[in-house]
Amino acid sequence: MTELERLKRQHPAIFAPSIGQRFGGPIAAGGIALSLIGGLWHLGFSPGRIVDGMGQLGTMIGLMFPPDPGSFARAMIYLNALGETVAIAFLGTFAAAILAMPLGLLAAKNVVANRIVHFLSRRGLDSIRGVDTLIWALIWINVVGLGPFAGVLAILTSDIGTFGKLFSEAIEAADKRPVEGVLSTGAGPLHRIRFGILPGVFPVMLGQVLYYFESNTRSATIIGIVGAGGIGLHLAEQIRTLEFGHVAFIVLSILAAVAVIDAISGRLRFAIIGKRAVPVD
Amino acid sequence: MNVTIAPLPPARLAVLTAAYRQNIAARRRQGLILALAVLVCTALASISAEVSPLKLVENIGNFTTYIARLFFLDNGRFVLTDPVEWYWGLGKWSRLLAETLLIAYVGTALGAIGGLFLCFLAAANLSTNAWIRWPVRRFLEFSRTVPELVFALIFVIAFGLGPVPGVLAIAIHTMGALGKQFFEVAENIDMRPVEGVTATGGTWSTMVRFAVLPQVASNFVSYTLLRFEINVRGASVMGFVGAGGIGQDLLEAIRKFYYSDVSAILLLIIGTVMLIDLGTERLRHRILHLEGRK
Repeated sequence: MTELERLKRQHPAIFAPSIGQRFGGPIAAGGIALSLIGGLWHLGFSPGRIVDGMGQLGTMIGLMFPPDPGSFARAMIYLNALGETVAIAFLGTFAAAILAMPLGLLAAKNVVANRIVHFLSRRGLDSIRGVDTLIWALIWINVVGLGPFAGVLAILTSDIGTFGKLFSEAIEAADKRPVEGVLSTGAGPLHRIRFGILPGVFPVMLGQVLYYFESNTRSATIIGIVGAGGIGLHLAEQIRTLEFGHVAFIVLSILAAVAVIDAISGRLRFAIIGKRAVPVD
Repeated sequence: MNVTIAPLPPARLAVLTAAYRQNIAARRRQGLILALAVLVCTALASISAEVSPLKLVENIGNFTTYIARLFFLDNGRFVLTDPVEWYWGLGKWSRLLAETLLIAYVGTALGAIGGLFLCFLAAANLSTNAWIRWPVRRFLEFSRTVPELVFALIFVIAFGLGPVPGVLAIAIHTMGALGKQFFEVAENIDMRPVEGVTATGGTWSTMVRFAVLPQVASNFVSYTLLRFEINVRGASVMGFVGAGGIGQDLLEAIRKFYYSDVSAILLLIIGTVMLIDLGTERLRHRILHLEGRK
């Protein structure tokens, strides 16, 4: 008994939690649940609609088996379009990486120590990033016409924003000591970047680029929906004409392609930087 | 202090220099092979993707004039001279933007709940039965890999036009993405509380509730907030395939060349995404900070 009283004296917060501690969690959970239900209702969810839709979806999934491209010629068309998709992702990602390098340096506080430049470049990169790849694709279609080239440019543009931000963060997190070492030998600003900063951050950047190659392959599969090349056009067309055997074939080949690229880029990343967390999108 | 460094004997020096040269040459050769491989890949990809720098150079003027044209009204005046005319549809657009946010919110919440339930079944340290773990993991992978818009296209046919298919598409994709991040967090927990709860005779669900959840909750919330920001961006294009939100109006404005409308809507979206980005970042730091103090 005295033991219990001693414990009570030592940890008053545990034995008599404040109202906030006792009810904070349930109140927050209740608020989220209420807003979720309100949101579902507002957006037009209803049990009838869900049941109906699930029934439809079940029929559609039934029609997806077996996955069947129809004929060998169609299968070749789809696989060719898939190759185009991978090509779009490859070119877009690596061109963006090259172009984002100087921007990343510009937006890094420890390279360009100017508040205004830092603010403008960061916000500029954020604005580019805030516009979805699909919207960039629509804009580039106006410039170079329909086709995969517009898709390459769309991925390139939106990735410049992403890479610029990631690179500048990597550069800011770089070790200061090599830079001091290089400076102490009387090096100029370019030497400082080339020999002081880049050797440390280059592997990190390469890892991020490889990671985004995989994620961009997934984005490149949908930009065809607006006419910017790749397999998206076929996929949207087959879904709209309710050819679910074709749809299943296309989706499965996309999954296989992404899995292969993931395995390759994962292996390369591991070889370059070892296991390290990269932001998942 | 006067130290003289004796030069190495020439024979020894020659050996070392030769080794150094060889080393450098090998590295150069490796670099060259890598560069060649990348070049070949680029060339092949360029042929496949119909890249034509000439077309780009010829038409790059279109891009700059297009971007510039976005900021002029139909009567040829700069947009800032007449903000009321520029944002003539503000009422409608804010309603659609609110719908977009709601789609993202509901989709994120549903997906997070799904991911929360599945992640414990996918974590190797909590779910020891490979027969459960393997299908759960493959299911999460599938939901993550198929792009949201593809789900949306299919759901539009099953559930009809409107925000419902958009929410479901975002929810499924979010469940896959968060489920993976969640189970990776859950695999890195301290196992001693788990042993403690199991030793008192707790069931599997009690164990998850009292031993695992307290350790992972703050990380889960942080990942969910991050995902919410991504989903707002995703929800803004759901309208492209008829799945609700502001995307439909944006697509129409771009396709019909309503230039000032495009810039008006885009700035609304960018501003909203930035605000949410800042807000969630603050919240995440606070939550993770709270955890660190305990």
